[in-house]
Amino acid sequence: MGVGDFFTTKLDQAIGWARKYSIFQYPFVTACCGMEYMATACSHYDIDRFGAGLARFSPRQADVLFVVGTISHKMAPVLKRVYDQMCEPKWVVAFGVCTCTGGFYDNYATVMGIDTIIPVDVYIPGCPPRPESVLDGLMKLQDRIAAGAQRY
Amino acid sequence: MDGERILARLRERFGPAVLEAGSPFGQPTAVLDRGVLREALDFCKVDPELGFDMLVDLTAVDYLKFPGREDGPRFEVVYHLYSLPHNQRLRLKVRVEEEGAVVPSATPLWPIANWLEREVWDMFGIRFEGHPDLRRLLMYEEFEGHPLRKDYPIQRRQPLIGPRN
Repeated sequence: MGVGDFFTTKLDQAIGWARKYSIFQYPFVTACCGMEYMATACSHYDIDRFGAGLARFSPRQADVLFVVGTISHKMAPVLKRVYDQMCEPKWVVAFGVCTCTGGFYDNYATVMGIDTIIPVDVYIPGCPPRPESVLDGLMKLQDRIAAGAQRY
Repeated sequence: MDGERILARLRERFGPAVLEAGSPFGQPTAVLDRGVLREALDFCKVDPELGFDMLVDLTAVDYLKFPGREDGPRFEVVYHLYSLPHNQRLRLKVRVEEEGAVVPSATPLWPIANWLEREVWDMFGIRFEGHPDLRRLLMYEEFEGHPLRKDYPIQRRQPLIGPRN
């Protein structure tokens, strides 16, 4: 154990702390869950308390991909491309049961959970999830970010 | 002009090619022979007494295993017309067999029929003769089969398609 090792560990923690309070999200909003996302983002629930107030509508400027709403097979390549366009480090949140598992859809058109296409860090169940669940999911994501959990 | 007059006008123009006519749920409805469909749509649009200048909807029904319809043609293509000058509605149906499921296109008469017919092709696999660009509308090109057919397996999964290029 040298001095350098000790210093690197502390630097990771500092970076994790900084990252978890500067979440720039890309809202990939395709369906009704989007209304609940907007409710969470607005002043009443105020997602900005967690440093996640600024949505970036370009994947190249975003850290977290919020997949909000049902993903159809036709939309799947678009989602994959948006994920690929995001710079690392990046995280993915599945918002609502449709993105988690396909939800009550079991048909020709719907993707049975976005984890069949891209890796997912946090699942927020609910149809749609209440803002409290979203904030809980966001805090769980912050814990993951602070712990340095990343996929490259 | 009321519903009975609309159906009578169709009958006097097309005679036996009007296979059935009635007013279920208060809306005049006629089942036409496929051979006169294109002509009948044109007649409904340009005839001053009818004046059905608006195509409200174009869809299809799959009667596979439908009680009482086991022997008849499998599909029915349904046209909903609306007459702005007379404030009247008309439903036209044409029955189509599974083999050679082709119907003349209504796109030259109503441009909206372009996408409606593409949807019917996508979901039911009924072709429209004379359509300018008959591609799938809702599903992707790699999709196999027509999902709203009654014999499409409800839980069939198709492989996910990757991003293009």
